[in-house]
Amino acid sequence: MAGISIYNHRDECSAGSTTARTHDFRMSATPDSEPVLSLEDIRIGFDKGNVLDGLSFSVAPRETKILIGESGSGKTLILKLAAGLIQPDSGSVQMLDHDLGRMSEKELLAFRRNIGFVFQEGALFDSLTVAENVAYCLREEHVDEEEIEPRVRESLRFVEMEDTLEKLPAELSGGMRRRVSIARALVTRPRVVLYDSPTAGLDPVTSQTIITLILRLRDTQGVTSVLATHRLQDAFGLASYEFDGRSGRVVPVAHNGASRPSGAATTFVVLREGKVYFEGSPRELADTRDEYLRRFLL
Amino acid sequence: MATTDPKFLEPNTISVTGAVAEGAKRWVLHVQEYSVLSARSVTNLFSPPYYVSDVLDQMDIIGVGSLPIVLLTGFFIGAVMVLQTAAQFERFGQTALTADVVSLALVRELGPSITGLLVAGRNASGMASELGSMIVTEQVDAMRAMGTDPVRKLVTPRVVATVLMLPLLTAMADFLGLIGGYLVSAFTLRLNAVTFWTRAIDILVFSDLMQGLTKPIVFGFIIATVGCYQGLKVKGGTQGVGRATTQAVVTASVVILVSNFFLTKLMLYLAGHVF
Repeated sequence: MAGISIYNHRDECSAGSTTARTHDFRMSATPDSEPVLSLEDIRIGFDKGNVLDGLSFSVAPRETKILIGESGSGKTLILKLAAGLIQPDSGSVQMLDHDLGRMSEKELLAFRRNIGFVFQEGALFDSLTVAENVAYCLREEHVDEEEIEPRVRESLRFVEMEDTLEKLPAELSGGMRRRVSIARALVTRPRVVLYDSPTAGLDPVTSQTIITLILRLRDTQGVTSVLATHRLQDAFGLASYEFDGRSGRVVPVAHNGASRPSGAATTFVVLREGKVYFEGSPRELADTRDEYLRRFLL
Repeated sequence: MATTDPKFLEPNTISVTGAVAEGAKRWVLHVQEYSVLSARSVTNLFSPPYYVSDVLDQMDIIGVGSLPIVLLTGFFIGAVMVLQTAAQFERFGQTALTADVVSLALVRELGPSITGLLVAGRNASGMASELGSMIVTEQVDAMRAMGTDPVRKLVTPRVVATVLMLPLLTAMADFLGLIGGYLVSAFTLRLNAVTFWTRAIDILVFSDLMQGLTKPIVFGFIIATVGCYQGLKVKGGTQGVGRATTQAVVTASVVILVSNFFLTKLMLYLAGHVF
């Protein structure tokens, strides 16, 4: 677990690099009581009507919020709204104490460096090597070259991909690309990581590897996460297990994830017709008698 | 008993005027989005960050990469012009005038236009497909998520590189065209080198060079902005990338040919009043 050490010092993010641009956004720490992410009465529509229609929920610090819904229910849209990649037709998105609707694109570009985003297919730059992909954000921030290499190696070591530094994304399997994508998302030591269906299209073993990585990141760094998925087994895996730093193993959670001693609660949000249909703990979802929700549990 | 749903019996509500208005609105929207993208690609030049290595990469791809086809085409355009005009001038015993015609036509018109169309075919399509693929695979979103402005990173370097490279490619095409013209006139008309090159150079005045090297700057801007615009508005997966690629070449070529007319008119006016 040598690779984890640097992530225990996330506050040093800008201080560690002498030439890194320090944005005001980095300095504003969200108090533990305040939600990290809050979406209020969000409406957004396209040609065929509203995809999100009055959606509201919030994510507490260190919480893992799992978004579940059918295809086209707006899971990816919510993540993109949370990152300020798109703006809602109405409603407000508050992330890390900032109202994203009031920020210009230039401000949003700088702000997004506080957020890690893992895209569904990885979205690695196919003309860059693995190392260049992971280093991309650091180079954009003009971090010293001497500092970039160890940080890239450390990030890749965390996802157990250190031996692929010089490979191109085309030479990697789907699961490896997702792992590199996670490494790229966490190299800037973000406070929030958004995962868009990180296990979609992967075999069960590779999916488990990805979920274990997300779990490690959550339990060792206390990173707030929002994860969109339609695979309930992954969601319950995240809720039911935790990473034990002392033994370096994934172990079952006694409280089934609803109230972890570390405060890293895992909650589910089920979307239906553009609204939050269910919000609650894994236990509440597992015990539900609702016909619609039970369809996800089968 | 089977019944017919009343809604299927209603008259078709799509009117011709409605369809035309809808089409016009879409067209205006395209023009607006293209104009905004083009303006941003230029205004980005006045504030950091600058992606110099991306500009150099694109200069290599656009400039060096297009050189072989531009040289080859330029050579044969010059050669075929001599073949076409020689027969006419031989009737008057003025075969030396072929050098004048080849030189003027190449430098003023054919060099910029043919080079522009070739680079549009090669690079506007390349830009549209590259950027379109990046859109489809969410690489552009990933770029924005990591705090990079895609217009600054992807569009501006391509615009700068094309605008810088196209005049140089045009000059090379003009030169190879003259060499092609000279070789054909030497073999078919027995025109000596001194006569050909003296006439070809003497016939040109400053305004001809201005015209011949200003047009590629505009054409380069059109090629890059149209190619990037078509790429960045891709929708519908790989099929959309294919459509954007075709659309980029067609649009860039048509805009080059149309703007060439107005540029020529402007240049001829300036040649008479300014230069």
